[in-house]
Amino acid sequence: MTVVFEKPHALTDAELHYCPGCTHGIIHRLVAEAIDTLGVEGDTIGVAPVGCAVMAYNYFRCDMVEAAHGRAPAVATGIKRSLPDSVVFAYQGDGDLASIGMAEIVHAATRNENITIIFVNNAIYGMTGGQMAPTSLPGQVTQTSPYGRDVLTAGYPIRVSELLSSLDGPEFIARVAVNNVRNVREAKKTIEKAFRNQIEKKGFSLVEVVSSCPTNWGMTPQKALEFVENSMIPYYPLGVYKDRSRED
Amino acid sequence: MAVTQILIAGFGGQGVLFAGKFLAYKALMEEKQLSWLPSYGPEMRGGTANCSVTISDEPIGSPIITNPDILIAMNLPSLEKFENTVVPGGVIFVESTLIERKVKRDDVTVYYLPATKIAQELGAPGLANMVMTGKLIRECPVVSHDHLEDALRKVVSSRHADLLDINLKAIETGYSVNG
Amino acid sequence: MAEKVLMKGNEAIAEAALRAGCRHYFGYPITPQTELTAYMAKRLPKMGGVFLQAESEIAAINMVYGVASTGKRVMTSSSSPGISLKQEGISYIAGADLPALIINVQRGGPGLGGIQPSQSDYFQATKGGGHGDYHLIVLTPSSVQEMADLTALAFDLGDKYRMPAMILADGTLGQTMEPVVLPEEHVNVVEKPWAVTGTKMAREHNVVNSLYLVPEILEKTNNDRFERYKYIEEHEVRYESYMMDDADYCIVAFGIAARVSRNAVTALRKKGIRAGMIRPITVWPFPKKVIREAADHVKAFVSVELSMGQMIEDVKLAEECIRPVYLCQRSGGIIPSPQEVTELVEKLEGGAE
Repeated sequence: MTVVFEKPHALTDAELHYCPGCTHGIIHRLVAEAIDTLGVEGDTIGVAPVGCAVMAYNYFRCDMVEAAHGRAPAVATGIKRSLPDSVVFAYQGDGDLASIGMAEIVHAATRNENITIIFVNNAIYGMTGGQMAPTSLPGQVTQTSPYGRDVLTAGYPIRVSELLSSLDGPEFIARVAVNNVRNVREAKKTIEKAFRNQIEKKGFSLVEVVSSCPTNWGMTPQKALEFVENSMIPYYPLGVYKDRSRED
Repeated sequence: MAVTQILIAGFGGQGVLFAGKFLAYKALMEEKQLSWLPSYGPEMRGGTANCSVTISDEPIGSPIITNPDILIAMNLPSLEKFENTVVPGGVIFVESTLIERKVKRDDVTVYYLPATKIAQELGAPGLANMVMTGKLIRECPVVSHDHLEDALRKVVSSRHADLLDINLKAIETGYSVNG
Repeated sequence: MAEKVLMKGNEAIAEAALRAGCRHYFGYPITPQTELTAYMAKRLPKMGGVFLQAESEIAAINMVYGVASTGKRVMTSSSSPGISLKQEGISYIAGADLPALIINVQRGGPGLGGIQPSQSDYFQATKGGGHGDYHLIVLTPSSVQEMADLTALAFDLGDKYRMPAMILADGTLGQTMEPVVLPEEHVNVVEKPWAVTGTKMAREHNVVNSLYLVPEILEKTNNDRFERYKYIEEHEVRYESYMMDDADYCIVAFGIAARVSRNAVTALRKKGIRAGMIRPITVWPFPKKVIREAADHVKAFVSVELSMGQMIEDVKLAEECIRPVYLCQRSGGIIPSPQEVTELVEKLEGGAE
């Protein structure tokens, strides 16, 4: 019998708690595949956020630390400074990273902290039940923008990759999506690069993953993926925003 | 001597904290108990500055000085502020180049010394503090007159080692001047 | 005997921390503790250690959390408003059972308050500070020597009990220079099998965490932690008893207030009034037993504080309302004078109250 498909070693056997159609599962898998491919599970320490991925520490087989809301880049900084030869990643959502944790991510980036950040942007606060996120689109209806996000009172969405790539510090900033096979393949390559950069001591690498939230968007999984393609990606264009190794 | 509480007060740049530190190190080398406490805060940037030095043969209680035995007043605002806090029978050293008035109390011993003028004549206009310190050592035996340079070496950073001699000269001048 | 050197309190803490094997420091500038941060900035890089000026106190305490997760000695320092910002991280550190050292060189509050010395963070330090049920081991130095000695002790206790420890000092002690015999270099090695260091594919993964969504599990975690706290309350109380044998009046004071009170005790004894002092060195755990015992023979207690009266509540709880407890306090950055303490006790002796 030939095994053609199996769970990455870096994922535990715990059953994921994510909603049907949620793409966190895919992103977890891509992270685990990168860890497996690079053979660094035994040296990896992950930092889980507050948000839907709060229990990521149950899913990754490497050592894990649970951080306070938004503070994952600071916690990851402490771990990496303590153990410079380890591989440290933080997994954060949009409320965590782009709202409450904006200071921590900007400063980790500008220090070119040699860590890897997986930033999952699904334009909503999922775990608390669908409130407006810093990345919610103009007009997007959420629990706390029931008449649609009014940019005059709630401001505009934050494009994190563009923002961070304006800094001199970071090594690598890219935005990917996981709404179709082609994009998933591209995301896999990009996440692996973000980990490899760290192993090669190049510095701060962030991959923004445009993701979906069928439950809180009030859509079927299929419709949610179409929303990603037709509404999210036009606002959050995919691509590499900064890659210093390519600049040289 | 049981406990002597010395308050050195002036404005920022007069070396008030430095003079206190010198006394503190001198006391340390004489194996006395001591504490040194600077005023801190915005006044460090140009306003008044003072430091409290307690030298004792016994363990020291509070490092805070409310009623000094000895006051060194390097400018008028300092004399105005602290004159009445000195204990009866205490000593006040007045920098008389800058302070033109006399001490109003008659229950304290007062020494007037134009330390700024003396320092200028020495070619060290910034060392009025050390001239006053020399006078203090002469009149109040809180620390001895021996081995001054050992304590100076502790407070003058190695970067400014060339200033050791002039500091020593300023102290000796203050020590020997009459007034 | 080791050589006596002159140091500011803030610097003595920093040097003692280095000698206790602390090689990781994260801070953010704030008066009146800046000498400590500056000392670390100067020394750590040359020792192969890590000094990092964080973007905020919040980031600094979370970096501390990160290093503490890896099992290494780590510290941060700040003053009152900055310590408020750190409370989130301190709660997580306590909730994840991590050792770490936090220095609070207190200044007057609330709000931006002032920059002069204060003890008005007593409640915050001793009752938890952040959210949830937890304690810190809180040590209160009253001399530059103790700034150094208690820093070394705080690291040891933190490691031993897997919990954060705090040095609760104040601006005066931070700024005061006194002779100090620095502690010897020592790193007591405590096994930390819980630390995240990478599994090396040789063990199950370690998880540093304070999230327990099942109420029964969270309750058990809290109960276990409080069992440990109970043991600490029985075994780690530290205090100094000064002239208490025949005392009619028991002054209770810590830190700089104890220095002032020592002068007051001397002055009162000269006047024939039998005063003594109990000086808590740990304010959590609080020296309840010795205060309760004092209640059997003193006429009254006087709590001397640089606050509107915070420790006085613990004194009252400890002495079980057997004797009256009076308050001698100043706030706003003002330190009560020995005379103020003396006058209060004299008034009590005169039967005025």
